[in-house]
Amino acid sequence: MNIPAHDVLIIGGGGAGLRAAVAAAETDPSLNIGLLSKVYPMRSHTVSAEGGLAAVMRDDDSFDSHAYDTIKGSDYLADQDVVETFVQEARDEAVQLEHWGCPWSRDADGHVSVRAFGGMTVKRTLYASDKTGFHMLHALFQTSLKYQQIHRYDEWFVVSLLVDEGRVCGVAALNLHEGGIHAIAAKTVIMCTGGGGRIFPFTTNAAIKTGDGMAMAYRAGCPLKDMEFVQYHPTGLPGTGILMTEASRGEGGYLINSEGDRYLSEYVPGKMELGPRDILSRSFVHEMQAGRVFEGKYGHYVHLDLRHLGEKVIDEKLPFVRELTRNYVGIDPVHEPIPVRPVVHYMMGGVDTDITGKTPLDGLYAAGETACVSLNGANRLGSNSLTECLVFGARAGRNAALEALQRERPLISPLEQMAREEEKRINTRFARSEADGQGKGERMADIRRDLHAAMEEGAGIYRTAEKLTQACQQIAALRERYDGVRVDDRSQVFNTELTAAMEMGFMLDVAETVANAALKRQESRGSHSRSDFESRDDERFLKHSLAHFENGAPPRIEYKPVTITRWQPEERKY
Amino acid sequence: MSDPTITLSVTRYRPEQEDEPVFQEYEIPYQDDWVVLDALNYVKDYVDGSVSYRWSCRMGVCGSCGVMVNGVPKLTCSTFLRDYYPGAIRIEPMANFPIVRDLVVDLDDFMEKLTAVKPWIIRDEEKPLSEGEYLQSPDELKEYKQFSMCINCTLCYAACPVYGLEDGFIGPAALALAHRYNLDSRDKGQDERAHVIASSEGIWECTFIGECSVVCPKGVDPAAAIQRTKVATTKDWFKSLVMPKGKSA
Repeated sequence: MNIPAHDVLIIGGGGAGLRAAVAAAETDPSLNIGLLSKVYPMRSHTVSAEGGLAAVMRDDDSFDSHAYDTIKGSDYLADQDVVETFVQEARDEAVQLEHWGCPWSRDADGHVSVRAFGGMTVKRTLYASDKTGFHMLHALFQTSLKYQQIHRYDEWFVVSLLVDEGRVCGVAALNLHEGGIHAIAAKTVIMCTGGGGRIFPFTTNAAIKTGDGMAMAYRAGCPLKDMEFVQYHPTGLPGTGILMTEASRGEGGYLINSEGDRYLSEYVPGKMELGPRDILSRSFVHEMQAGRVFEGKYGHYVHLDLRHLGEKVIDEKLPFVRELTRNYVGIDPVHEPIPVRPVVHYMMGGVDTDITGKTPLDGLYAAGETACVSLNGANRLGSNSLTECLVFGARAGRNAALEALQRERPLISPLEQMAREEEKRINTRFARSEADGQGKGERMADIRRDLHAAMEEGAGIYRTAEKLTQACQQIAALRERYDGVRVDDRSQVFNTELTAAMEMGFMLDVAETVANAALKRQESRGSHSRSDFESRDDERFLKHSLAHFENGAPPRIEYKPVTITRWQPEERKY
Repeated sequence: MSDPTITLSVTRYRPEQEDEPVFQEYEIPYQDDWVVLDALNYVKDYVDGSVSYRWSCRMGVCGSCGVMVNGVPKLTCSTFLRDYYPGAIRIEPMANFPIVRDLVVDLDDFMEKLTAVKPWIIRDEEKPLSEGEYLQSPDELKEYKQFSMCINCTLCYAACPVYGLEDGFIGPAALALAHRYNLDSRDKGQDERAHVIASSEGIWECTFIGECSVVCPKGVDPAAAIQRTKVATTKDWFKSLVMPKGKSA
C-alpha cells in the first residue's frame, strides 16, 4: 500500500481548518500539508454564519472591554488567559482577512464598518452585509489556493484517528469517489470539523454538522470538555430552523410577543434585544409558559420585527434575511414581522485544548467549534466564533507545524495494519446482508428521530435530573439499536448511506457526552439551565467538565479548574 | 380523499450496477412547503436509502445541491414542489459534467478552473498588519461586490452551451471571480490573470447567450462580467498597439 504522508494533516476545510492550513504553510514553506474534508471546503458550515466577526478595531473600544464582555457572557466559565490572548490577537486576524480580500462592509471613510451585537458593550462586530461567514470562507479558501504545498483531499470522510503507541500519527479515511479505506500518515493532525448541532431536531446547523471530529478524538482517548453547554439562538425560522441573524437585532430589530409587547423589558431591561443568547432563549420559554406567543404549524413563535428599519437599511445591512424570509416563509420583512423561535445553534464544548490548540492526546490539535479552548465558557457571545476560528485556527496551525518540524515521520506499517482493520470493521458492521440474518435492522431515520426526541425532551433549554436521566438511558438504548442499523447501499462510489451511518455513530457519542455532563452539573450557568438547581454554584461547579470515553459505557465525567486572571466571578446581570 | 402525493423521477447511476443512467420513480407524500431537497430526503429516509445526492446548508448558500429539475439547473434546497405540483418532477444530475453516481457529478474540472484564474489578492507587497486595513470606499466595494456573491454551485456551467461543447472553456463562475478580483481596489493582479482569461479557452469562447445569468441563484450575472472583461481586454489590446513598449496606460 502506498500511503500518503504529510507533516501536518488538517481535518475539515471550514474557517478554522483553512486558517490553520495557511498558518502552517506560512510557518515553514517546506512543510507538506494535507487538508481533508468530507465536503469541498467552500461548502463548509462557516458559509452559513451571517452576522459578523468581533475584534477591537476602534478608539472607543479596548481589549479589557471585549475580554470582560466575553467573560461575563460565558457566565465566568471561560478561561481568562485564553480570553485575553483572543482579544489581543483578534485585530490582526481581522486585518489579515481584509488583506486577503474579504469584502467587508465599509464606512464612508473607507474603514471597515462595525455593528452592535448581543452582549457586546460597544460596536465591535465587523461584517460583510449579513453573509460574513460566506465571504470569510470564500476569501480563506481562495487564498489557500495559492499555496501549492497544501494538498487537498476533497470529499474524503475520516472514519478514525490512527494512534500508535499513544501518539496520533494519521487517519483512516474513506475516499467518497472511489470507495475504500485509506491510511494517511501525518506527524501532527489538527481537528477542525465544527460542531454537532444535528444531534437535535431543530437546529441552524447544516446537514454535515454531526460532531465527527469530537467523537473521533473522544474515542481515541481525548476528553471532551464542557459538552453540557449547547447554545440556542433566539431567532430561527420555525420548521426549517434557518438562522435569522443576530445582526437583525444589532441593527435595531425588535422581538415582539403575541400581546404586541417588546417582552424583553421584563428579562433584560438594560440590553433588550441585544441581551446574550442564553437569556433571550429562556425569555421565550417564559413567554410561552405565560401564553404570550403565537402558535403555528411548526409550534410556538414570536415576531422579529424589522419594519421600522425601512427598506434601505434592510437591503443594505440585512439583504440575506430578506432573501431567506421571502424564499422560505413567503414574508417580506420590509412589510411584515418574521416568525422566529429559539433553535440549537452552537456547542460551547468540544475537544479539550490548551491555549496553543494542543489536546492532551499526543500529536493532536483542534480548533474552531470542534475544540473547546475555553473561550466561550457556558455561553458564547455572537460574533466571537468566526474570530475564534481565525485566532485559534492560526495558533493550532503554527504550533502543529512547529511540532511537525521536530518530529520523525510515523512508521508506516502499523498504519497500514490499522487502516486494514478499520476497513474490516466497517465492512462487517455496515455491509451485512439479509442472507446472514443481520440485514433486517432498523432504518437510520428511525434511530435519528428517536435520538432527536431524546435530546429535545431531555437536554433542551430547561433541564432536570429526571429528564436528563431519561435522556441518558434512551441514548444508551439507541446505541444498542444502532448496532443493528440497516445499510442497503453496497456501492463503493459515493455511498452517502454508509457515511450517514458512521455519522450516526458519531452523533450518539456526542449526544451521550452532552446528556451525561448535563446530568452531573447540578447548577444553572449560561446555556445550561436546571429547573431543579436554579442558581449558579461557584463553590461546586466553577470548573470545566471533562467527558472521558469508556468503551461501550457512558462517559466518565471529571472536572478541572477554570483559569481566573483579573475578573472575579460576580452575579451576571444585564 | 387520500393524502396528496407527487412523483419524482430520479436519475440512478451506480457504476457497479448500471451501464448507463436510468430513471427510477418514487411516489411520495406532497407538502406545499417542501422543497425538492425535502422530497429527496424523504426518499432516502423512508423509501430507498441508496439514492446519492449532495446537500448541506439547506438555505441556498453552501452551493452543494445543484441538479437539473425538469431540465433546468436548480438548487434542490431552494426549489419548491408547489411550483411543479401536481405534475411529476424529473431530477437529473447537472448537465455538462461527468456523472459520478446518481445525482452526484464530478467537479474536478471546475475546481481546476477556479484555481487557474488566481482568485486571490495579488500585490507586489502586502503592508504590515500593524498598519491596519486597506481603505476601500463603499463605492469601490460596490464595483466588485456583486461578483463576490458566487456560491460555486456551478449551475451556470450546467446551463452554458459553450461549456457543453468545449471542455476547455474556463466558464462563467471562474471568469466572474477573476473579474471580481480585477475590480477590487486592493488587487494589482489583472496582468497576471490576463493571460488565462484572454487565452483561447477564456472569454472569447463565450457567445453571450446569457443562460448563465438566467440560472444564477445569487444574481451574480457572470454574463455581464464576461462582457465587461471582453471590453477591457480589447481596450488593453488596442493600447498595446498605440502605446510605446514597456509603458502601461
